[in-house]
Amino acid sequence: MAVCVAVIAKENYPLYIRSIPTENELKFHYMVHTSLDVVDEKISAMGKALVDQRELYLGLLYPTEDYKVYGYVTNSKVKFVMVVDSSNTALRDNEIRSMFRKLHNSYTDVMCNPFYNPGDRIQSRAFDSMVTSMMIQVC
Amino acid sequence: MEGLTLSDAEQKYYSDLFSYCDIESTKKVAANGRVLELFRAAQLPNDVVLQIMELCGATRLGYFGRSQFYIALKLVAVAQSGFPLRVESINTVKDLPLPRFVASKNEQESRHAASYSSDSENQGSYSGVIPPPPGRGQVKKGSVSHDTVQPRTSADQQEPASPVVSPQQSPPTSPHTWRKHSRHPSGGNSERPLAGPGPFWSPFGEAQSGSSAGDTVWSGHSPPPPQETWVSFADTPPTSTLLTMHPASVQDQTTVRTVASATTANEIRRQSSSYDDPWKITDEQRQYYVNQFKTIQPDLNGFIPGSAAKEFFTKSKLPILELSHIWELSDFDKDGALTLDEFCAAFHLVVARKNGYDLPEKLPESLMPKLIDLEDSADVGDQPGEVGYSGSPAEAPPSKSPSMPSLNQTWPELNQSSEDTAIVHPVPIRMTPSKIHMQEMELKRTGSDHTNPTSPLLVKPSDLSEESKINSSVKFASGNTVDGYSSSDSFTSDPEQIGNNVTHQRSHSGTSPDNTAPPPPPPRPQPSHSRSSSLDMNRTFAVTTGQQQAGVVAHPPAVPPRPQPSQAPGPVVHRPVDADGLITHTSTSPQQIPEQPNFADFSQFEVFAASNVNEEQDDEAEKHPEVLPVEKASDPASSLRVAKTDSKIEEKTAASVPANVSKGTTPLAPPPKPVRRRLKSEDELRPEVDEHTQKTGVLAAVLASQPSIPRSVGKDKKAIQASIRRNKETNTVLARLNSELQQQLKDVLEERISLEVQLEQLRPFSHL
Repeated sequence: MAVCVAVIAKENYPLYIRSIPTENELKFHYMVHTSLDVVDEKISAMGKALVDQRELYLGLLYPTEDYKVYGYVTNSKVKFVMVVDSSNTALRDNEIRSMFRKLHNSYTDVMCNPFYNPGDRIQSRAFDSMVTSMMIQVC
Repeated sequence: MEGLTLSDAEQKYYSDLFSYCDIESTKKVAANGRVLELFRAAQLPNDVVLQIMELCGATRLGYFGRSQFYIALKLVAVAQSGFPLRVESINTVKDLPLPRFVASKNEQESRHAASYSSDSENQGSYSGVIPPPPGRGQVKKGSVSHDTVQPRTSADQQEPASPVVSPQQSPPTSPHTWRKHSRHPSGGNSERPLAGPGPFWSPFGEAQSGSSAGDTVWSGHSPPPPQETWVSFADTPPTSTLLTMHPASVQDQTTVRTVASATTANEIRRQSSSYDDPWKITDEQRQYYVNQFKTIQPDLNGFIPGSAAKEFFTKSKLPILELSHIWELSDFDKDGALTLDEFCAAFHLVVARKNGYDLPEKLPESLMPKLIDLEDSADVGDQPGEVGYSGSPAEAPPSKSPSMPSLNQTWPELNQSSEDTAIVHPVPIRMTPSKIHMQEMELKRTGSDHTNPTSPLLVKPSDLSEESKINSSVKFASGNTVDGYSSSDSFTSDPEQIGNNVTHQRSHSGTSPDNTAPPPPPPRPQPSHSRSSSLDMNRTFAVTTGQQQAGVVAHPPAVPPRPQPSQAPGPVVHRPVDADGLITHTSTSPQQIPEQPNFADFSQFEVFAASNVNEEQDDEAEKHPEVLPVEKASDPASSLRVAKTDSKIEEKTAASVPANVSKGTTPLAPPPKPVRRRLKSEDELRPEVDEHTQKTGVLAAVLASQPSIPRSVGKDKKAIQASIRRNKETNTVLARLNSELQQQLKDVLEERISLEVQLEQLRPFSHL
């Protein structure tokens, strides 16, 4: 049910960002950008905590009047940011987690592709279709 | 029909066309299919075509003789010129241009036009163009075709020389031999491997994109591969015309080519299209791929690491993005390495891409990695048919690729749900495992071994949860709220622990006086145990059946005799109510103990199991007493629920007996498996009550007959698959058994509740 999904590399540049085209995409880009600060804050707060699945999921980063932004970080400091519509019947936390898990799985599949150079933009069609499936549910 | 007078150009042109259609080299009759294609290529409305056919007499005759054919062609020209179709018109219309047969692909037209207009002699044109199959190409209007007719005929004669001349570039030998080969009208191959000169029929496959009524021969052709642009790994001339080969000739060509390709490794692309299925790999292609695989990885069962594959496929000079997509499609198990099947699929896709095919969104059915040996090509052929054409519904609109009109015909057939082939999704349970299903599981198993441990884990949770329920009911009086995990502990580890549980239960309550042997516990499928009890057992059940095979093979654990869950509540119910009941129970429990030694009497069970397969439940029930020793804890329960649950228990015991039997008889491989499966299935497959006994009987029989299965996928695949099938059957049996047991459990719990209510009512009086 995401309205925007973004994959940010370790160096905080986007590897993949996609929004529902109906909306003003620039706004989403800004939201994702601002969320990076929150993500960094959470990561540093964790410190040397064990990195288990639970802590990969950062949870709600910050809410706005229309949207909520959720974050997820992988062990390699690749960040997934998802913007969901607040008007949606409150998505359960589990659902968000499962969506991030799917994202993570697809991301690893992309990584496994020897033709993918880490740091390149993600152009995998499989990844695209997976993200689309997540976003289409909204509409 | 009046006589037909043809000009010289027309005569030649028509004779060429006739020869083209004369795929059987009869010189008398033009093949209906070809003719139909031809007419469709004429871009005339269907009714006009029918009218033409009628007029020329083919409808009457039923075939196209030479005269009919010529008349038809003349009528086509007439129609194309806009004149009304009349029999008279064939001779009256003057200066009729030659009938035009248009290629839907202008690209090829221009190419061919360029190729043979540039040099009307055929030889030179080979450099860029591999002769498409017989007579394919553009029909040049008017004089051009006229000219080309002559060169073509001369080309025929020159063909023997052409192989020598043309491919001055690299993979030369293959095209030559191919051409030479194809020139021999081998069974229906009246192709004229003409490259440049000669009228090229527009890819009829394209022309008839909508209609496959015509010769389906052409369905596989088409993509007029951007031949000039097609770059093989070694910059050899495109052999893409291979695509346009007549299927019959494909084999020949590919064989020849294979030989040549062996010499020019990585330099020659095989045709990527075949008769029906553009994605089917022909044997020769496959052999070539295998050879290439060997150059990278000598072990056919091994993997090609991603980096090596990347280098290899980068040589094809496809853009990285497309290679990346090809990789995504072909790396079925997403492990970053290519097995032989995956490699062949990737190679095939590269070839297709180079020949102009657009990449599909999903892996085509015929390219799915198969677990069948290469020798077993029959199965390979079956596979695409079996599973249906799922997985390529997304390919149906390859209309996005106008270069593949022929593919459009075949791909609409491929529209089925891809559920079956989507490995990443939970696989639905199959009662009768299909090959693909087994392969998927094999794939998952081989591709990602980490799933193996999960299968026992997945199996275990249900077992454990079931056990936990039992235990909780058993220990209810003791106020023991055992959660799934802790109880599972007792079951997970060893037979001794199971025995502990048994004794524990026995201590709570005796066995029922009813001597109908409770079904022996299904043998545990896996030695390892998982804790999670909240898994989607359906998925794991289906998914792990195959994995369990391997798991079973790898870990032939001893199966602890598991007390029947149905037995557990029995003792509990009785205990609070009646001391006598306890006594009876305990009295029966000793009975169990002495009977226990019989537990090891697997020979008895094996017979029982074998005979159980087709027996009715009642019969099985009769044999329960034999099995009873195995199921000690089940006795108390069965005694309690004589009335209503006996039959169920008996079924259960019967079911589990065979399981145990088989378990005992095949100590190495299956013993644990059936038990585990039963436990697992109990959790998830409640509704399947009826078939428990039969299933377990089958299960036992199957297990009894199972040899130890070699773990490696590469060996004894068929044995593995067979055993997988059997195990699946036993799984289903156990699942039903599970549901039955669940029912019994519920019943017993109800009884218990009612008894406790009674107790409460009685208690006040007792105090008086």
